[in-house]
Amino acid sequence: MMKTENAANNRNAARCCAVFLAFILLYAAAVFVSVRVGSVQTTAKEVLHIVFTGDDSNSVAYNVIWKIRLPRLALASLLGGALALSGFLIQTFFRNPIAGPFVLGISSGAKMFLAVATIALTGIFGKMPLSATVVASFAGSLLSLLLVLLFTGRVKNMSVLLVIGIMISYICSAVTDFLINFAKDSEIVNLTHWSLGSFSGATWQSVKISAAVVFAALVAAFLLSKPMGAYLLGEGYAQSLGVNVKALRVGLIIVTGVLSACVAAFAGPISFVGIAVPHICRMLLKTGKPLVMVPASFMCGAVFCVLCDFAARMLFAPTELSISTVTSAVGAPIVIWLMLSRRRGNEY
Amino acid sequence: MNTENNASAKLRLDSLTVGYNGVPLISDITLSLARGEILTLIGPNGAGKSTILKSIARQLAAISGTVYLDGRNMRALGGKETAKKLAVVLTERVRPELMTCFEFVSAGRYPYTGGFGALTPRDREAVRSAMEKVNALDIAGKDISRISDGQRQRILLARAICQEPEVIVLDEPTSFLDLRHKIELLGILADMAKNGGISVVMSLHEIDLAERVSDKIVCVKGDRIAAYGTPREIFTDGTVKELYDIESGSFNALLGSIELAAPRGEIKYFVVGGAGYGIPFYRALQKRGVPFAAGILPGNDIDLAVALPLAQKVVRTAPYSAPKEEDLALAKALIDSAEAVIDCGAPSGEFNSFNAELISHASRKGKRIIRSAEKL
Repeated sequence: MMKTENAANNRNAARCCAVFLAFILLYAAAVFVSVRVGSVQTTAKEVLHIVFTGDDSNSVAYNVIWKIRLPRLALASLLGGALALSGFLIQTFFRNPIAGPFVLGISSGAKMFLAVATIALTGIFGKMPLSATVVASFAGSLLSLLLVLLFTGRVKNMSVLLVIGIMISYICSAVTDFLINFAKDSEIVNLTHWSLGSFSGATWQSVKISAAVVFAALVAAFLLSKPMGAYLLGEGYAQSLGVNVKALRVGLIIVTGVLSACVAAFAGPISFVGIAVPHICRMLLKTGKPLVMVPASFMCGAVFCVLCDFAARMLFAPTELSISTVTSAVGAPIVIWLMLSRRRGNEY
Repeated sequence: MNTENNASAKLRLDSLTVGYNGVPLISDITLSLARGEILTLIGPNGAGKSTILKSIARQLAAISGTVYLDGRNMRALGGKETAKKLAVVLTERVRPELMTCFEFVSAGRYPYTGGFGALTPRDREAVRSAMEKVNALDIAGKDISRISDGQRQRILLARAICQEPEVIVLDEPTSFLDLRHKIELLGILADMAKNGGISVVMSLHEIDLAERVSDKIVCVKGDRIAAYGTPREIFTDGTVKELYDIESGSFNALLGSIELAAPRGEIKYFVVGGAGYGIPFYRALQKRGVPFAAGILPGNDIDLAVALPLAQKVVRTAPYSAPKEEDLALAKALIDSAEAVIDCGAPSGEFNSFNAELISHASRKGKRIIRSAEKL
């Protein structure tokens, strides 16, 4: 009798291995092509030489690769992974497949802070320093997160929290729009640029900071994966199994919030990756097990963002598209298709 | 009877008051349950059965009083410690996506597995044996969202069993199940209690099944525990009628059968039955709303159980005895005033010759005699 179960187990394990291997190969290919291709064309040999030996430090190619393309790739990978992971966590939290990392109002909070900071700082210094953008949007995200956390303890029904998150978004947007009404166009260019999302400003400095944040969150997500697995059965069962449901919820919100705050700060509110990628992973892996889904979402998000960023750079070169344009255009149809096929599959 | 059990009680509720948001719903619940016993909560919808079960399972904070699990105050027990002793089967309907039945059941191993929840061979064996107990091994590899209600209920139970608890709390485990699956599920529970030594606390809507399977019954009625005792003590016709506020219709505690309200009015037929032959006629008449009288039924006749709640008038005799003169006269009088007599075709012998006498009395009086239900 258990043969069927064992066979199913082996099949699943084989499927997981295949999917992860595919992610790794796809990632390697995407990285290689992204490093090589662009306004400054390089040959494969050149790329390998520059990346692995570090010679030719005065050549244009060296500078383009080490100072522009590699940090941008690293940032796209990290933040893409972060987005997908936070999407998976928030979907687990709400047990709602269309929740995304920014439903809690985090990006709107970031934008509001950024609007205030931009208008104030351009007024004083005449321009908005990049570091201030990062700091302001991170602070705004964390404030929204704090607000949501405040409600998490009080609300019994989690869908109410979803509504609260959306309402916080509206309030922040209202404040932002109010400020924009009275701002000069020159002051809000920066804001507009930010809200479209882009990896173009990547530096090694931003890579280092986001790497620290993202990897800490990744470890936390791994540690939460066992209680998350029990939480999938429903709150009552999770609680009866000894899961501290309240603590788990707070943990999930914090990890999700910090991840998306990091993304908002360094690349802007990139849409759809957080919603679409966890779905793609579930469908590919045919499982919802958090222990598998956490690394899978992270890797798939990285691959997805590197590819989308490459497309954003190349599709209409020399004009660069914003990253959200590409992720939405690719991500939204995928979500629709997945939802439709899921509905069919669930009928019995 | 509670005090003597206290020492050996697996689960004991000591003047527990339960309710929501600090508002007491049911106060002062005191009961106890020994190893391998089955305790069932019965009562009308919304009476608070689930509230009590949730409070026992710590899904709901008790307002006052204490629950003792294995002699220890549950407030002092940690989450995992509790999970190793007490498992639940809830009514909440969650359908996790892309999860096999095996995976679902194995979630019951949560309190035993390590930091990342990896299953050891010992865990796998526990899952396997739990699924075997509920006869669900064949669906182990199936997706949990694609099984029937009956299968799901068994999987939920397997999940609780593989937690290796001493007490299992089940909230309406038989809802949504058809008759066969109800019987199967309760059979598994009874076996688990008797042979596995697991104590069971559950709520049931099927009071007839509750009587058969339980060692103890608690009648929950809105604001109080209306009664607590063994099925023998609880299942008298009056208790059940009162518990559910049944005003029309009736419940036969002995047989567990339910009858709808009896038709009232002028008696139209006199039904001569016996040995179970009368029952289909009584029920047919009830459906048509025709008032009738039934007789003459000995106290040990199965027809009596249905005739009593349905007939306007029943003429009876003591078990194994001929009717008294006055009862025979009464039956004849009823026949005289009835429109027709129904002969159900019950076998006649030397102990019910009085019924043959009634039929011949009717034909002498020129009454129409109906012999099949179609001619009613």
